[in-house]
Amino acid sequence: MSPQTPPTPAETPLIGDYAESSAALTGARIGVVTFPGTLDDRDAARAVRLAGGTAVALWHADDDLGDVDAVIVPGGFSYGDYLRAGAISRFAPMMTSIAREAQTGTLPVLGICNGFQILTEAHLLPGSMIRNDHLKFRCADQVLRVENTSTAWTSQYTDDELITVVLKNQDGRYVADEETLTRLEEEGRVVFRYVGSNPNGSRNDIAGITNAAGNIVGLMPHPEHAVEAGYGPDDAVGMRAGTDGLTVFTSVISSLTSSGAAL
Amino acid sequence: MSTHETSTAFNLDTVSHASDTPDTELPWAELGLKTDEFDRIVEILGRRPTAAELAMYSVMWSEHCSYKSSKVHLRQFGEKVTEEMEKDLMVGIGENAGVTDLGDGWAVTFKIESHNHPSYVEPYQGAATGIGGIVRDIISMGARPVAVMDPLRFGDIDHPDTARVLPGVVSGIGGYGNSLGLPNIGGEVVFDSVYQQNPLVNALAVGVMRHEDLRLANASGVGNRVVLFGARTGGDGIGGASVLASESFDDTKPSKRPAVQVGDPFSEKVLIECCLELFHAELVEGIQDLGAAGISCATSELASNGEGGMHVELTDVLLRDPSLTPGEILMSESQERMMAVVTPEDAARFEEVLQKWGVEFSWLGEVTDTGRLIIDWDGETIVDVDPRTVAHDGPVYERPHHRPAGQDELQADTFRASPAAQSLPATGEELGAAVVELMASPNMADVSWITDQYDRFVGGNTALSQPDDAGVIRVDESTGLGVGLATDCNDRYAYLDPYAGAQLALAEAYRNVATSGAVPKAVSDCLNFGSPEDPEIMWQFAEAVRGLADGCQQLGIPVTGGNVSLYNQTAGRAIHPTPVVGVLGAFDDVGRRTPSGFERWADGQAVYLLGVTGDELDGSEFARGRGHLGGVPPQVDLAAEKTLGEILINASRDGMIDAAHDLSEGGLAAALVEMSLRFGVGSRTALDGVCERDGVDMFTALFSESQARALVALPRSEEVRFTDMTTARRFPAIRLGVVDAQSGAIEVSGPVEGSGFTLGIDEVRQAWSATIPSRFAG
Repeated sequence: MSPQTPPTPAETPLIGDYAESSAALTGARIGVVTFPGTLDDRDAARAVRLAGGTAVALWHADDDLGDVDAVIVPGGFSYGDYLRAGAISRFAPMMTSIAREAQTGTLPVLGICNGFQILTEAHLLPGSMIRNDHLKFRCADQVLRVENTSTAWTSQYTDDELITVVLKNQDGRYVADEETLTRLEEEGRVVFRYVGSNPNGSRNDIAGITNAAGNIVGLMPHPEHAVEAGYGPDDAVGMRAGTDGLTVFTSVISSLTSSGAAL
Repeated sequence: MSTHETSTAFNLDTVSHASDTPDTELPWAELGLKTDEFDRIVEILGRRPTAAELAMYSVMWSEHCSYKSSKVHLRQFGEKVTEEMEKDLMVGIGENAGVTDLGDGWAVTFKIESHNHPSYVEPYQGAATGIGGIVRDIISMGARPVAVMDPLRFGDIDHPDTARVLPGVVSGIGGYGNSLGLPNIGGEVVFDSVYQQNPLVNALAVGVMRHEDLRLANASGVGNRVVLFGARTGGDGIGGASVLASESFDDTKPSKRPAVQVGDPFSEKVLIECCLELFHAELVEGIQDLGAAGISCATSELASNGEGGMHVELTDVLLRDPSLTPGEILMSESQERMMAVVTPEDAARFEEVLQKWGVEFSWLGEVTDTGRLIIDWDGETIVDVDPRTVAHDGPVYERPHHRPAGQDELQADTFRASPAAQSLPATGEELGAAVVELMASPNMADVSWITDQYDRFVGGNTALSQPDDAGVIRVDESTGLGVGLATDCNDRYAYLDPYAGAQLALAEAYRNVATSGAVPKAVSDCLNFGSPEDPEIMWQFAEAVRGLADGCQQLGIPVTGGNVSLYNQTAGRAIHPTPVVGVLGAFDDVGRRTPSGFERWADGQAVYLLGVTGDELDGSEFARGRGHLGGVPPQVDLAAEKTLGEILINASRDGMIDAAHDLSEGGLAAALVEMSLRFGVGSRTALDGVCERDGVDMFTALFSESQARALVALPRSEEVRFTDMTTARRFPAIRLGVVDAQSGAIEVSGPVEGSGFTLGIDEVRQAWSATIPSRFAG
């Protein structure tokens, strides 16, 4: 397949038209990658917009990152996940470009759910995801503890802050060999940990991790579904009022702004 | 590419061959055609049909595709309409799905369909492809699908076959729907032994579009090209609709497994995005999804809705299995396929979009003005028909129907007079125990074990979903414009009185939508019944349709589409009549939606009961618990439903109420408990006022299923304004008590000492939430 143009708004009707963000407050431009079978790209773009940034659609078959300051690889079932979640998507030209930039330790990259799976398949993050221990898809409100606030994506959380976001996956059980787990724990690279009952059998209750440089973060639950009151998880304030996930997106915009990358 | 190398494996039955061999025996009976139907085909063609023509007629004239038994009754949905009902109707019955104006240039389309028979044979694929099919109907209208719902009915919860069917159906719905990125926002789960061997798997999809994006299925413009795209055509689902859905199951017949379609949600997701891009770029003139009867349906419907002619070459169809015969290709119900009509000028751009999304396609032919649908196989004509005779002029039956012999006896067997009504709970202790038992019963129990297997968040526009009264989806982010949807049917009511039962289904769905705060706008129905060849079943059907059409007229909302599923019977045992009704409502701003439970910050708010409670236990959940089904269902009062709806909608719009929940199965007892279970917040209520005003005892007040009732919670500062509104509308409203966020309990007092009870929320939750997982988890 030849390189293609990004998916020019085929969104008929234009629910959450993220191509035209309202005047971006910070000028931070955050790419959101769409593969065939990606589902949460609009949600990730909305989260960027609500956090004050500009979402830029990136097409899997392209290899040009353009002038984006950070990248989100969103959730879904890319290529149907028939082989193994993320196993095909990692070979996309866009992933090659992302990997090249991310490995320099500067480009912030966030993989959510299927995006996390793609990042592990691309060896940008260690470990892997397998079928939930209960073998079912599960959708629920989920409490996480933020254990690392030094990454680009978590800098505005406080240490050990408890947040409620949305969990929804079928292959969400994080596994890695003992050596990797030990290293992740010792180096403080576990970013998010499940609180309460472990929803899928993940090793060490791990919900999200980062690379050594702290610019790449992957997590299984969905912060982008907890960014707008009325449409998120339930929280202490009321029904669907949870917006704890928004801080992931304000964090990256803030770190981009302070580093000067987006100015 | 040639995919028909093996075409010599069968003898090609061309039109000229058919003319030359009038006496050839054809397997019309095996394909489900009756003698007179076959004779009529011969009369229409003036010769015997070819094998391919026979395949087309047999599927298109099947019950599932032609509505031959139901048509004469369904007409009422088009006839019993008022100007008010047509005001917002943009597309009515007959297209892939009805379309309703939502305002601000937005339109909404929704439809319910059944996938009952396939889901019994192969639960996972049956349920999965049910979602796939209804979603393609929505795309065909030019809309972006935005949500799905699933009304489900299974056999007895403890029957071994339910343990086979339910987990497969649920993971099929989840596996397919979750992969499409469509939130599942509600539905129903019902257990009853009448659905053993005949589970009902209905699926609803809703989509939204700008007015200018509306697309219809017609092949217009002579010389325009016809293209088939999406998945390849295989041998799955051959005759699925005609053979499976148009016949009763019977042990003596061979396994129907090969007739079940197999789904590929990834292909469907890509197809959705691809179609929306095609629409956006205005590259299609007409479009039709391939569902029941596959290419037979798509070609004949597109052609007969347009200029009337089409010429296609069948060997150009891309195949998954090269050994398929022309008849099989025409009948195949392989999933994830679409057919479109494209101008020659747009063909190259059309191909570019499909290539971008990696969607396979093949150009099959063109639109003609001959009035004939001509299908060639390698240049030799194998079909030459007037497409209208295939798509629209199928047989129409006035099937005999009469009131069942035992109906009067059934209605005379009231709950109160039955042995089941011996020793009813009367003391507070007995009533409290009965409430817990009710909430733990299979049809009242927590269904989150099922619904947590569905994604309800994707899209970021879900404002309400199960277990709230309606599913609510935001359509326009800038204004909050949105829709609320509910589906309902109480089959026990419909069995006791199909006319009233259909209206009660309509009333409940209407009430649920209004309870959420949405203004009811349109109806879609899925009419699930037994065999139309049984006059008593046909009577149930005729009565239900008449009831629904009359009810819609009274409420002023039109039926915009739906589906009929007959032959839901096994070994002579039919399901209860199950007219599932979906109601769609509109919100100016979904931010106003009313939650169905007491929230923690609502401590001390007043709890009001709206409506009147009568002695109506026949067909109730309480009666079910005691194994009784007889008498007459609760009285229908659509005028009261309308007033109640107005009150709930206005209260939501004016910000008067903070919670509302309708009363339906399980009556006041269930509604009170559900409002506490939602967020774990209790209440203190007294029922003496209701008992006195309505002349009922505590038992009746708690378990009667009288209609047109709802519970609301509101701040004390709004009480005067709210009661002024109910008084002005002459609608009964009575203050029962208050929300109690401290107690963790549901406290109910009665008219006499010792008739009240207190239930710990945790205690009820434990019983309520254990029922379904204890059968199916693990």
